[in-house]
Amino acid sequence: MMMDYVWLIPLFPLVGFLINGFCGQRLPKTIVGIIGSGVIGLSFLVTVKIFLEFLSLPAGTKAVEKVVFTWITSGTFQAQAAFLIDPLSLVMLGVVTGVSFLIHIYSVGYMHDEPGFYRYFSYLNLFVFAMLLLVSANNFLLMFVGWEGVGLCSYLLIGFWYEKKSASDAAKKAFVVNRIGDFGFLLGIFLIFWTFGTVNLREVFALAAKYPVGSGVITAITLLLFVGAIGKSAQIPLYTWLPDAMEGPTPVSALIHAATMVTAGVYMVARCSALYSLAPLSLTVVAAVGALTAIFAATIGMCQFDIKRVLAYSTVSQLGYMFLACGVGAYISGIFHLMTHAFFKALLFLGSGSVIHGLHGEQDMRKMGHLKKYMPITYWTFLLATLAIAGIFPFAGFFSKDEILFHSLVDGKFIYWLIATTAAFITAFYMFRAVFMTFLGESRVDPQVHPHESPPVMTVPLMILAVLSVVGGLVGFPIIEGAHVFREFLSPAITPVAHAGGHQAVSFEVFMMIFSMAVAAIGIYTAYKFYILKPDLPTAIANRFPVIYDYIYNKYFVDELYDATIVEPIKAGSDFLWHGVDDKVVDGAVNGSAGVITWLSAHLRKLETGFVQNYALAILVGVVLITGYLIGR
Amino acid sequence: MQLPILSIVIFFPLVGIVLLLFLDRKNHKVLKGVTLGLGLLEFLFSLPLWFRFNSQTPAMQFVERYAWFPSYGISYYVGVDGFSLLLIMLTTFLTPICVLATWEDIQHRVKEFMICLLALMSGMLGVFVALDLFLFYVFWEVMLIPMYLLIGVWGNPARRIYAAIKFFLFTMFGSLLMLVAILVLYFHYGKTTGTYTFDLLMMYGVAIPFHMQFWMFLAFGLAFAIKVPMFPFHTWLPDAHTEAPTVGSVILAAVLLKMGTYGFLRFNMPLFPQAAWHFVPLFSILALIGIVYGALVSMMQKDLKRLIAFSSVSHLGFVMLGLFTFTMPGVQGGIIQMINHGLSTGALFLIVGMIYERRHTRMIADFGGLSTPMPIFAAIFMVVSLSSIGLPGLNGFVGEFLILLGTFRTNVVYATVAATGVIFAACYMLWMFQRVMFGEVTNEKNRNLKDLSWREIAIFAPLLLFIVWIGVYPNTFLNKTKATTENFLAMMDKAKASQTAVSQGFKGEAR
Repeated sequence: MMMDYVWLIPLFPLVGFLINGFCGQRLPKTIVGIIGSGVIGLSFLVTVKIFLEFLSLPAGTKAVEKVVFTWITSGTFQAQAAFLIDPLSLVMLGVVTGVSFLIHIYSVGYMHDEPGFYRYFSYLNLFVFAMLLLVSANNFLLMFVGWEGVGLCSYLLIGFWYEKKSASDAAKKAFVVNRIGDFGFLLGIFLIFWTFGTVNLREVFALAAKYPVGSGVITAITLLLFVGAIGKSAQIPLYTWLPDAMEGPTPVSALIHAATMVTAGVYMVARCSALYSLAPLSLTVVAAVGALTAIFAATIGMCQFDIKRVLAYSTVSQLGYMFLACGVGAYISGIFHLMTHAFFKALLFLGSGSVIHGLHGEQDMRKMGHLKKYMPITYWTFLLATLAIAGIFPFAGFFSKDEILFHSLVDGKFIYWLIATTAAFITAFYMFRAVFMTFLGESRVDPQVHPHESPPVMTVPLMILAVLSVVGGLVGFPIIEGAHVFREFLSPAITPVAHAGGHQAVSFEVFMMIFSMAVAAIGIYTAYKFYILKPDLPTAIANRFPVIYDYIYNKYFVDELYDATIVEPIKAGSDFLWHGVDDKVVDGAVNGSAGVITWLSAHLRKLETGFVQNYALAILVGVVLITGYLIGR
Repeated sequence: MQLPILSIVIFFPLVGIVLLLFLDRKNHKVLKGVTLGLGLLEFLFSLPLWFRFNSQTPAMQFVERYAWFPSYGISYYVGVDGFSLLLIMLTTFLTPICVLATWEDIQHRVKEFMICLLALMSGMLGVFVALDLFLFYVFWEVMLIPMYLLIGVWGNPARRIYAAIKFFLFTMFGSLLMLVAILVLYFHYGKTTGTYTFDLLMMYGVAIPFHMQFWMFLAFGLAFAIKVPMFPFHTWLPDAHTEAPTVGSVILAAVLLKMGTYGFLRFNMPLFPQAAWHFVPLFSILALIGIVYGALVSMMQKDLKRLIAFSSVSHLGFVMLGLFTFTMPGVQGGIIQMINHGLSTGALFLIVGMIYERRHTRMIADFGGLSTPMPIFAAIFMVVSLSSIGLPGLNGFVGEFLILLGTFRTNVVYATVAATGVIFAACYMLWMFQRVMFGEVTNEKNRNLKDLSWREIAIFAPLLLFIVWIGVYPNTFLNKTKATTENFLAMMDKAKASQTAVSQGFKGEAR
């Protein structure tokens, strides 16, 4: 059985990393590209094989674990290097290897003129290795290895053009902010171990089932884990690193900062559904953070001009949707949206990369327009992805997003639904704004630049992803009984919330779908009006509400706020610790006591003159004084 | 007859010194080559310790014992257990690496330098294996002198004397109090049992009244806390590191500091267990201050060596925190973290040494963009930095994780505060890395720097091997410390139980 060799899935990318990392500099680019993409292709094939094997397992088999070796043993603590094969990890493995493979191929074209070509591919392979560990680990600690590992690769790839200050700044910011999240995750792992005596996922879940709903320790564990998710999946208040992460090469943004790594938090919450379902408070926090982030990031997305930044805020917002889904107990819908989002958002990023490539590095949408004429494949694929993200039937995003909206109303609160629907409107608006500003309307391209369509090595992955963005949602076809293949497949891996909302009438579901479509359509029309019919309108509105516009355009000044309230005080405090405390107080005491001794000895030394008459005089004085004292007593 | 492996390992460097005495002082290549050979042989000789070590037993192994001054109960008594094995191996492992690292760095008084280096090795190994308090004290003091000379003679001309004297005085100050405590212990043991001896293992069993434990714990503890160094006794370290030659810094960080943490494990805790339990809050809090304070001050440093020195304060804080949890993961993590710190920080000092050789400056502001002219160097520097900030998959994570896991068991607040150190570590290391390695080359002198030579790569290769090994398969090393740690914890738990009985008795009397 291939399943016994599940470790091959992460091993291939690791080998690719080692080969390209050590020898890549001396290999021709073609070979580097073939190795880099080939190893991911192999992982994908193994995943497919294991997926088929898993389907043929006897009914009732929920999961298979494969231990490779025991990693850390200390006292009763044990962590293994071991893999968990179950529906959830299979979905994630499939998405990660599949999308990665396409993006690797695309990268061969996109990064072709890059001197650090081998370095790029070795990092990218290392990333896939870490991501695969993350989604297939059978215990929390190994998951954490992947978790920090993807953070490292994100750091390396954001800072790929390390000569640019902005790139290395963004890289460092990403790593440090992620570490803040990891801090919570780590404490969560400690609490898990000392509560359950194991870090094995399935053992923990089985033991947790004995705890009552609302148990304090489970709530604490889930909240700590969610801190990790907030960091990795760029939610409020730790989302600020993701827009900056766009300093990295565009395929990296597609792979790491849209399709895979940033969804790790959603995966983790869904993976721990057995814990979250016992902690209503944590679920409320997850849902609230998700909903808030969804709308907050969407509003910022409306006012950005850098095409990648629009997509970045859109990603933050869509991740918010996924958390909202998990928070109302609709974990499967969260994972469903994770998957469809991986398709269409990877496609959007790769499309924007194709545009940037065709315009020789231009990212500002104000200097684009009418590119449809020069880049038809990019345009059409981008449009399909935009329809998907806007939630138009029957594109992939429609099914998953609609499910989230539906569940947020039925299993959540009206306010969640209202926020999510508003955000859906804004999403449709800013995404079509991007399409109109980039591909349609008047050309504002610098006349020096001659736009061109990208080579097939880039456009073929676009087309494949476009197909997935169109049909990818059909695995979760609603209403018809049994047509939601995705749910049927995943449900063994998910522990639902005890009192999930009851069954709703079909007519209500249909009504909701039509309503959300209408919302999206209005969003699209608004964008059309603003950017095609009356292109002067946006500026007019911006001028009319300068304060609000300024506020949103500057991303609510959150970065500045963090700098002023956290970063600078820590720096100033540390500087004080160094100069004030360490130099003055601690070392002052040391040098001071040395000084006192030196001073004392310098004075005492004067007594030792070496002249006999001095000593004789001192003796005489002493004798006189003592005699005087004795007489006078 | 069984070969006296341990004595061979301890005294072989001294034999090497005799050999060096006969060599031409002007022929640097030969001097360095011979010392390198000696270092490799030394490592080879120590390998049987590793392979023949029985990890199943907490008992001392490779024991050798000869009467020295029998009338005072002083003997030459050495042995190895799970606490010392790894540190011994680390020391012999680093010897040849250190010699290789002097190749370009040390150009005057080479002969004397090599002699000091070998004497230092001998002294340090002696400290780790001595099981007789008198013998221990001799080694402890002996090793001070060559280190003093390394800093004072081969250090940075500007402030080397200040740094050397500061180092010497700090250590002497602690040692003298320890000497007094050793004598008190000696006479106490003699009085209560009738046998006057410096035998450490015999003393483990003796009952000492709490008030005596209290003061003797502090006397020993001060000597060791200065060595660790724990806040607020750390200020000698940045000066000593900054002024010492590269190899001096490497040995100082990798091995010398471990004598402090090892001292707590070998002497303070088992000799005065009740006092050890009593002082858990004090030492844990000092360790926590060290972790956070060291990291924050490190962040602001402008000199690379000072930055690493303060990061040592932070890392050693983790070790102390772990040891004082008296839990399996905490103590085992503490031991493994001693080794990790030796490897990572040793490597960091080597890295700084290599750019210092090229540019004759250690100021961060003088660099920037080094990744472009020195890609191999950049890759190695990156891996070592990541190991230092505890990236999973590399060595640092295993130690920090186990320490924090143990601490979380005993005190959630301590663990939470300590875990922030993990965040700050990322800040200071990555910021430093960014300023040195990333960006454009702004200083023309940096544009054509040579990348690492084969000799320099050979220095790092073994270090990197173990950085990865400990990260991926730490059980190789954890297994060696398991039996000894279990035995140690059983002893500590027993002491705690009796302490509770004593203190309850106290309360009863007070009423």
